[in-house]
Amino acid sequence: MSTRIFGSGIRRREDPRLITGSATYTDDLTLPRMAHAAMLRSPHAHARITSIDTSRAAAAPGVVAAYTHADTEGAVAPAPCAWHLPDSDLKMADYHCLAKDVVRYVGDIVAVVVAESRYAAEDALELVDVGYEPLPAVIDPEAAAAEGAPQLHDEIAGNQAFHWQVAGGDVDAAFAEAEVVVSDRIIQQRLIPNAMEPRAALASYTRATGELTVWNTTQNPHIVRFLTSLVLGLSEDKIRVIAPEVGGGFGSKIAAYPADFVTMFCSRKLGRPVKWTETRTENYQATTHGRDHVQQVELAAKKDGTVLGLRCTVHAGMGAYLSTAAPGIPTILHGLMLSGVYTMPAVREDVYGIYTNGTPVEAYRGAGRPEATFMLERMMDVLAARLDMDPADVRRKNLIPRFEDGHDVVTSLTYDSGDYPAALDKVLSHADYAGLRARQKAGPANGAYLGLGLATYVEICGLGPSQVAGAIGFQGGLWESAIVRFHPSGKVHVFIGASPHGQGEETTFAQIVGSELGVDPQDVKVFHGDTDNTPMGWGTYGSRTTAVGGAALALTARKIRDKAKVIAAHLLEAAVEDMEYEDGKFFVKGAPDQHKTIGDIALMANVAWNMPKGVEAGLEASTFYDPPNFTFPFGAHLAVVEVDAETGAVTLKRYVALDDCGPQINPVIVEGQVHGGVVQGVGQALWEEAVYDEGGQLVTGSMLDYALPRADLLPDIEVLSTVTPSPHHPLGVKGIGEAGTIASTAAVYNAVLDALRPLGVSSVRMPLTPERVWQAIRDAKKSAP
Amino acid sequence: MTVPVSITVNGQRYDREVEPRLLLVHFLREVIGSTGTKVGCDTSQCGACTVLLDGISLKSCTALAVQADGAEVTTIEGLAAGEALHPLQDAFWEKHGLQCGFCTPGMIMASHELLRVTPDPSDAQIRHGLEGNLCRCTGYQNIVRAVRQAAGTTAGQR
Repeated sequence: MSTRIFGSGIRRREDPRLITGSATYTDDLTLPRMAHAAMLRSPHAHARITSIDTSRAAAAPGVVAAYTHADTEGAVAPAPCAWHLPDSDLKMADYHCLAKDVVRYVGDIVAVVVAESRYAAEDALELVDVGYEPLPAVIDPEAAAAEGAPQLHDEIAGNQAFHWQVAGGDVDAAFAEAEVVVSDRIIQQRLIPNAMEPRAALASYTRATGELTVWNTTQNPHIVRFLTSLVLGLSEDKIRVIAPEVGGGFGSKIAAYPADFVTMFCSRKLGRPVKWTETRTENYQATTHGRDHVQQVELAAKKDGTVLGLRCTVHAGMGAYLSTAAPGIPTILHGLMLSGVYTMPAVREDVYGIYTNGTPVEAYRGAGRPEATFMLERMMDVLAARLDMDPADVRRKNLIPRFEDGHDVVTSLTYDSGDYPAALDKVLSHADYAGLRARQKAGPANGAYLGLGLATYVEICGLGPSQVAGAIGFQGGLWESAIVRFHPSGKVHVFIGASPHGQGEETTFAQIVGSELGVDPQDVKVFHGDTDNTPMGWGTYGSRTTAVGGAALALTARKIRDKAKVIAAHLLEAAVEDMEYEDGKFFVKGAPDQHKTIGDIALMANVAWNMPKGVEAGLEASTFYDPPNFTFPFGAHLAVVEVDAETGAVTLKRYVALDDCGPQINPVIVEGQVHGGVVQGVGQALWEEAVYDEGGQLVTGSMLDYALPRADLLPDIEVLSTVTPSPHHPLGVKGIGEAGTIASTAAVYNAVLDALRPLGVSSVRMPLTPERVWQAIRDAKKSAP
Repeated sequence: MTVPVSITVNGQRYDREVEPRLLLVHFLREVIGSTGTKVGCDTSQCGACTVLLDGISLKSCTALAVQADGAEVTTIEGLAAGEALHPLQDAFWEKHGLQCGFCTPGMIMASHELLRVTPDPSDAQIRHGLEGNLCRCTGYQNIVRAVRQAAGTTAGQR
């Protein structure tokens, strides 16, 4: 039975409520006496507030109250940044929940209006009178770091939030002995995460008890609870945060946001429930963005393609304030991955985190790792082109050979296990790479240039252990927890601290319990996302829920099994050491017919009529699992594109994704994660960009203007896998949530540039829109000798 | 100012007084508490609010409640026949055509329209037919598979 449950693509347990419209997301909730909040947001990227008057708004029909910063003084602290990056001269500006004196991005909250209906609240926003004195704004992180740039925060010179460096090996020697050095300037454009569910908070404060309950679209309710206690000065035991159904996050629901704290403040002040749900326009302006790197990168190599070293400088736009986890994203999660899957003797990177007048930047699917993978994978292709080698050969020459239990790399990480050459070979052979290259050599067909793009990658998942969290300045732990509780009938409740929001852990975690204890996954219900009835957990991000939480659960199930074995031995009048367990049955060695099922044991443990001496009643266990190391999933992706040289249009013809996330608990769910992840990365390569104008207005401020991937633009993705277990994980699993996004932007970009190579184009700024590609082809033609 | 409307939703008639500017999606979600239909954007791009108006699909954020006066609206809650799932719901479940589920009500209703107009669609027709509905989780591939399964056809399979 165990093998059938673990690794089986069973239907998801969460789906019946989702496909029938019965699921409850935050905005679906209505409480008695509930009022509605609407946020007045700054229309300026940078301005001094010269006056503010809410009296007309407060007097409008249906309006309950209107508040500005002055009303929250002493009652709402600034929204905290919780990643205190060490050794980086980190400078954290106050992120006031309601702007104090100055607004610093379009979307900064200036006032809140609470009314009996949402329509009334939004109507009244127009009646808040605010005087602004516009100030010069800056959006580009390099420009913001330059001398003479507009300064965002008086106390922070040069807009520099931090300067962080990673260095390993002798990078200067590497460049001194290099036979070839290639370089590029890469713009990782700003992206908007676009979880389909807009963010929302419903806060309900009860004056009589001093208790606050908050339903919130969050990836990490326990972190929100903790930060709420700090920001609102409430006792943590009196705060309950519930993440009900959450409609995707991709990093944008990690942060604890000003709007959420303002909503809580309103409820507390008014003594009645207050709900706020952002519009998509607000989501674009004020829910965190991703990426925004300007990367200057150089790669040193020998003429035979052997890589010697990498050095780079990154200007990472942080937006106007540091969001909850922001400083760790372009540094720890980026810089430590710079040597990738290659035997790289030396790296050095300087990362400058820069305040700009843009929306705060946070983790966005992949969070730092796509930006590292892109940089490295792009340089491998540039090197291949310079040496006139095939990109696959350059990679093969430098790949770290197969290892099963630990490999130290130059950035000081120890990868757990990997077989990178096998991954690459399998993709090349599946795709008939040689055949595709032959087709390409035959020249363009009907003006369509064929391009092949590879990305071989390794990434960090399973963020932990907590000791490392402390060392890298993360103001929390990185363990996870699980409680398993058997009821008398043998049915199971599981309580986890992590907070999945679409990834399917209600199913995969039921499969873990099922495979460890021989119960039907349909009989296992997984509870998550409610700080009052789940154990502490640090949240769902960084592909850590299964990698860390799944380990906690597996170990808990094994504790239950150990206890059940003792009870079974007692009932069968045998010695514990003579007992065996298989597929949910406990029996004396050699006599499997005389057995007790886990259901029998659950009943006995709960009624406790005949328990072994000294064994407690009940069948329940818990584990707090702090992993010994990260996990390191890896893979190889290949994109095949055609570029129409007349129009610049790029068509993604094929996409082959091989990902090794270790053993797969549910391969259908794994495949779904790969599909979605790949498409998000394709979006960055081809379509998506948050564009600001010179004054700092977000031009791509709606779904009409921001180009999200659509069904008709994509081919089927060919999904392959290899299985290399993590040696340190109880189930060997590594994590799959972000892999697709980490590899696919580089693979698609490399493919398009491969297609354009005969036309003399060597660099195009992402996204690779037809206009940009067409312009690049024209420019190359003009400059051709 | 309010005006009376009479809208039948999933077989149940609702007579209500509403503001003329009230969007149909807000009538569904806030006036009668039928929250299965979602709001994902404010520019009619995402399709999460798709419902059937007299059997034909409509993004319910593009219509006023008063425009639905006298009409029959079918939402995701009205698709199943009692406990028996509609073939589209079953196919989305079977083919893992959803992750976070937020786009799913609209995606299923848009697929309903697609199959009404094109009962036996190719993969390309499915992808074209769903271009007005956005999903950030699935990359669309399993949605295409689900619609194909619901159509009971193998057309377009490689």
